[in-house]
Amino acid sequence: MAKTLSEKILSIRSGSDANAGDIVIVPVDLAFVQDTTGPLTIRQFKETGKKLANPSHTVIFIDHAVPSPNRQLSNDHQFLRNFAREYNCLISDYGNGVCHQLVAELLANPGDIIVGADSHTVTAGAVGAFATGMGSSDIAVAFALGKTWFRVPETFKIEITGKFSEKVDSKDLILYLIGRIGADGATYKALEFSGDAVSKMPMSQRLTIANMAVEAGAKVGIFPSDNITRKHLEKQGRGDKFKELHADDGAKYEKIIKIDASALEPMVSMPHTVDNVAPARTLEGTKIQQVFIGTCTNGRLEDMAIAARILKDKTIHPNVRLIVAPASRNVLSMAIKKGYIDILINAGGTIVPPGCAACLGLHQGVLADGESCLSTANRNFKGRMGNPEASVYLASPATAAASAITGEITDPRKVK
Amino acid sequence: MADVILKGRAFKFGDNISTDHIIPGRYAHLRSNLPELAKHAMEDADPSFPQKVNKGDFIVAGNNFGLGSSREHAPLVIKMSGVSAILAKSVARIFFRNAINQGMPVLICDTDKITSGDELEINLSRGIVTNLTTNTQLTFGKIPQVMLNILNEGGLIPYINKYGDFKL
Repeated sequence: MAKTLSEKILSIRSGSDANAGDIVIVPVDLAFVQDTTGPLTIRQFKETGKKLANPSHTVIFIDHAVPSPNRQLSNDHQFLRNFAREYNCLISDYGNGVCHQLVAELLANPGDIIVGADSHTVTAGAVGAFATGMGSSDIAVAFALGKTWFRVPETFKIEITGKFSEKVDSKDLILYLIGRIGADGATYKALEFSGDAVSKMPMSQRLTIANMAVEAGAKVGIFPSDNITRKHLEKQGRGDKFKELHADDGAKYEKIIKIDASALEPMVSMPHTVDNVAPARTLEGTKIQQVFIGTCTNGRLEDMAIAARILKDKTIHPNVRLIVAPASRNVLSMAIKKGYIDILINAGGTIVPPGCAACLGLHQGVLADGESCLSTANRNFKGRMGNPEASVYLASPATAAASAITGEITDPRKVK
Repeated sequence: MADVILKGRAFKFGDNISTDHIIPGRYAHLRSNLPELAKHAMEDADPSFPQKVNKGDFIVAGNNFGLGSSREHAPLVIKMSGVSAILAKSVARIFFRNAINQGMPVLICDTDKITSGDELEINLSRGIVTNLTTNTQLTFGKIPQVMLNILNEGGLIPYINKYGDFKL
């Protein structure tokens, strides 16, 4: 039977004919935790009394609270480091960056099964992996057994045609899509992206889309493995891991959603749900006190380039704080070499270390009562940035940079 | 085998209660101190919830309960607060699996006619919720068999410790 990308990967890896609705058991190619989910996972793993099934494919990322803002999290970090030493698994510590960026740069391969104790594990779908976030019990068991169970998801095919207009990118597209189908519009489903706009879409933009699939409730957000995937892997020195992967013609989709990229405009997600979406131009006049550029959604080199292009020879608004967090050590290093960091700090920006930074309200940019932040992250739930009395708006790096200059939500096409 | 019956009061919440409402990220430093963490259960949805909830009570919600983060601390603090089941019109994917993995029943039903403070009696075996306050009944959808097997062992870790592997 003709298969969707998810059915194909799960069939290959389970060694069975996997179709939507089936329950399968599959080996796990990569299982990981981060510093806020890792300690619970490890305690649960220890309860099983088992060894790590595959230490060299088990990773602990210390990225959410780096450097540690307090004693308790420092102790959690120490606990994670001790575990990695004792069990001989991989660990990524201060300065390396956000788990999902590092997985995309260094570890994810087409056709892999990737599970992480972090909901944005879906990001690796951009490289053609079946990648999803799970809780600590499931990851503890993946650590111990080297496998997990899945219900094979039904798939929504998202067909993207046309070319983005200037200062519009994949962030605007995914915000638009979530606004259209809702925060639970794809619960339990796979989102599979295709169309002529996808075959030309660079990896950085694919990663942004896949990253936010979970904000529509999806289990995975998956892209075909094609020439763009091959180039990404070659650039990262693992071209040998490339294999082409496409859905079969005639595969069965629960829904087909068509989007014309050329008709899209800069979009903003308003407080307090991601699906509360409106065009940026309709929100003009909305004052903001903080702009945050970074995260696993939009902290890549290409995002730094977009922000730098808009902020070159400009100064941010006196009532705005601009916080920039490159998603990885490599991004920071390259952004320094290319001069982006220089532009951003001279415009008035504050650079914080590679990591999750202000995104989840732990540190490095907690909002005051009544304040609003325009962020390039993926979530704007009440309390998300550390204060339930504050508001978070989500947008693209272009909209964020333009708004940092004006001090209010601004359509980036208006800024020269 | 005798039917499994749960009894308690309803705490009603709306749609899209996220894991940040259930256990805000700003308390991440308490995640290795679960009793302290549990004092903040549901804080950004109802700050008085931890004081008001009694053992056996129910969380009753609208659509898409538990969206957001994969933090299993969310169903864990709900469980530690004494809640014996979650009823919702729909539940986010990761939260659903996490709750079952923690041995917490999640029942999908039309919660519109339940209000805060209603006394509920839930027959887990027969799939029936009786609202003792309004004297009405409703039914809930069947939990998938795989998850029921895990739930019946009290969660995924006890399940794996018993069977040593997935026996689906």
